Amino acid sequence: MLDITDLRVTIGGRDILGGVDLSLRQGQVHGLAGESGSGKTMTGLAVLGLLPHGARATGSIALEGRDLLGLRPKELNRVRGGEIAMVFQDPATSLHPMLTIGRQLTEHMRHHLGLGRSEARSRAVELLAKVRIPGPEEAFGRYPHQFSGGMRQRIAIAIALACSPKVLIADEPTTALDVTVQAGVLRLLRGLCDDLGLAVLLVTHDLGVMSAVADEVSVMKDGLVVESGPRGQVLRTPSHPYTRSLLDSLPEAHAVPGESGQQSAGDGETA
Amino acid sequence: MTTLTISDLVVEHRSPGRPVVRAVAGASLTVSPGEVVGLVGESGCGKSTLARAVCGLHPAAEGEITFGGRPVSPLGLRRRELTAIQMVFQDPYASLNPRRRVGDQIADGLRTAGDTTTAPADLLERVGLPREFAGRHPHEFSGGQRQRIAIARALAARPSLLIGDEPISALDASAQSQVARLMRDLAVDSGAGLLFISHDLSVVRLIADRIAVMYLGKIVEVGRTEEVWADPKHPYTRALLGAIPQPDGLGVLPAELPGDVPDPADPPHGCRFHPRCPLVMDVCRVKEPDFGPVACWLHAPE
Ligand SMILES: Nc1ncnc2c1ncn2[C@@H]1O[C@H](COP(=O)(O)OP(=O)(O)OP(=O)(O)O)[C@@H](O)[C@H]1O
Ligand SMILES: Nc1ncnc2c1ncn2[C@@H]1O[C@H](COP(=O)(O)OP(=O)(O)OP(=O)(O)O)[C@@H](O)[C@H]1O
Ligand SMILES: [Mg+2]
Ligand SMILES: [Mg+2]
Repeated sequence: MLDITDLRVTIGGRDILGGVDLSLRQGQVHGLAGESGSGKTMTGLAVLGLLPHGARATGSIALEGRDLLGLRPKELNRVRGGEIAMVFQDPATSLHPMLTIGRQLTEHMRHHLGLGRSEARSRAVELLAKVRIPGPEEAFGRYPHQFSGGMRQRIAIAIALACSPKVLIADEPTTALDVTVQAGVLRLLRGLCDDLGLAVLLVTHDLGVMSAVADEVSVMKDGLVVESGPRGQVLRTPSHPYTRSLLDSLPEAHAVPGESGQQSAGDGETA
Repeated sequence: MTTLTISDLVVEHRSPGRPVVRAVAGASLTVSPGEVVGLVGESGCGKSTLARAVCGLHPAAEGEITFGGRPVSPLGLRRRELTAIQMVFQDPYASLNPRRRVGDQIADGLRTAGDTTTAPADLLERVGLPREFAGRHPHEFSGGQRQRIAIARALAARPSLLIGDEPISALDASAQSQVARLMRDLAVDSGAGLLFISHDLSVVRLIADRIAVMYLGKIVEVGRTEEVWADPKHPYTRALLGAIPQPDGLGVLPAELPGDVPDPADPPHGCRFHPRCPLVMDVCRVKEPDFGPVACWLHAPE
């Protein structure tokens, strides 16, 4: 679906990515973990052609055979937001502060999918409900600052999904969410992969999240992918010392809560 | 002396042509000097609104916030340098000025505290960043790096109360526990209180003395961290702890909380949690459980 080969990025002479290889497959979630500052966000931005000013990228990023690094800005524009969508780490980056969220959702669909006004509106309300925004009809006319941080993140996810992309790059999409809402978003992502064949690159530092939805896991450090493999293998028998150190920092903190025999209230309802 | 006391706080958001949103709907909480209180709860339940009210950035519609016995007065964002309360905002861009070098912004905090011996680079080092980052601007950093800078900036001012609103959400697991511990140590060693808002329950468990669980504008459970973790009482707290995904590599999707996320502009009658509660009883539909430490009819005081 999407193949990143030997991707190198430099900004002002500094090496940010030193030859990243990653491939996303249809219907699969590829999890990307790694040290803060290791280049996870830059990898996502490179795919969308949104690297910061002054950055140089070499290597190849192939979407179904087309090399995105070689596309002209106009062609890339069509790919971005249409075939490939991104949810940014900072929801402020995805949302325009002066436009209602309804307008941002529908404009996207009308531009990329050519939908009519009312059709776009009903699809937008449907998407808002899907990401569990309370009162979606009413929320449609509100501005980003009138929502909480986590709600803004969910709205950004709705916008990314608006045009039924083939590839979704989700940069820390659930870090601003509490675990119950996170569970809903993870189920949504998993469902989109299973039902619609979406390919997802999921950047997350939360190994629990990784374990819940990722099929493949890659780990980055200093601008390189240092380990890559099926979820079970990377999380259970990691081969790189950094991955091992990440896992080692967990067990004590991640002990299962409610050990006194109490059943969690969520159990049985949705499992 | 400098205890933060929040009593029956109500904070409302009003926007023209929209129903009033009671984001905080009667919440009470204290943070003592040297104490770390973890505030957790569903996205949109009012945690940031509560924190911003404590900083004087939202007025209280009802109830009271006092710090060291004196009411907290509304302040502009610019004047926060002058206060004993420092906040690390959920959006690190809100804590940092995009046009100034990060070293200069940290220096402002040091000046407030009258600290002439610490250099901005020393603080960067303490939060695990290279000293030479002081000369760069906020946009030149990754998400996690920006969060650490915001923490360094807040710590520089030596606050008597530090509020962290999701201050470490962008860091990797090992860095998270390291920076969270650092915040705890710096606060506790200087006798400051720390109100720590986080969705990451394992980190809250690591550093908080007490946990407060918020649902739709109210604190529904408060208790010592070990007790709440080992024996959560409110059904919402149980759902929350039960939804933590485990890093076991098994691909198990965590349990979702059933039902719709309620709208704070139109909260359910009776107990606010009743439409989603697996243990709902008749009384829950009609009467709000207005008591602590567990606001649930299953745990009503005798
Ligand atoms: N505009 C920029 N100019 C120069 N360097 C930058 C710029 N943006 C980011 N960097 C640097 O590029 C490196 C990689 O950043 P990136 O945002 O990809 O990290 P990340 O892996 O997403 O980290 P995090 O988990 O903290 O979000 C970092 O060292 C960062 O300091
Ligand atoms: N300026 C505003 N105008 C109108 N409503 C607002 C405003 N700011 C917040 N709200 C609403 O108030 C409620 C509480 O928001 P708040 O930001 O306090 O939540 P939170 O608990 O911090 O959530 P999160 O975990 O997602 O950050 C939400 O329903 C939100 O939509
Ligand atoms: Mg990043
Ligand atoms: Mg918030």
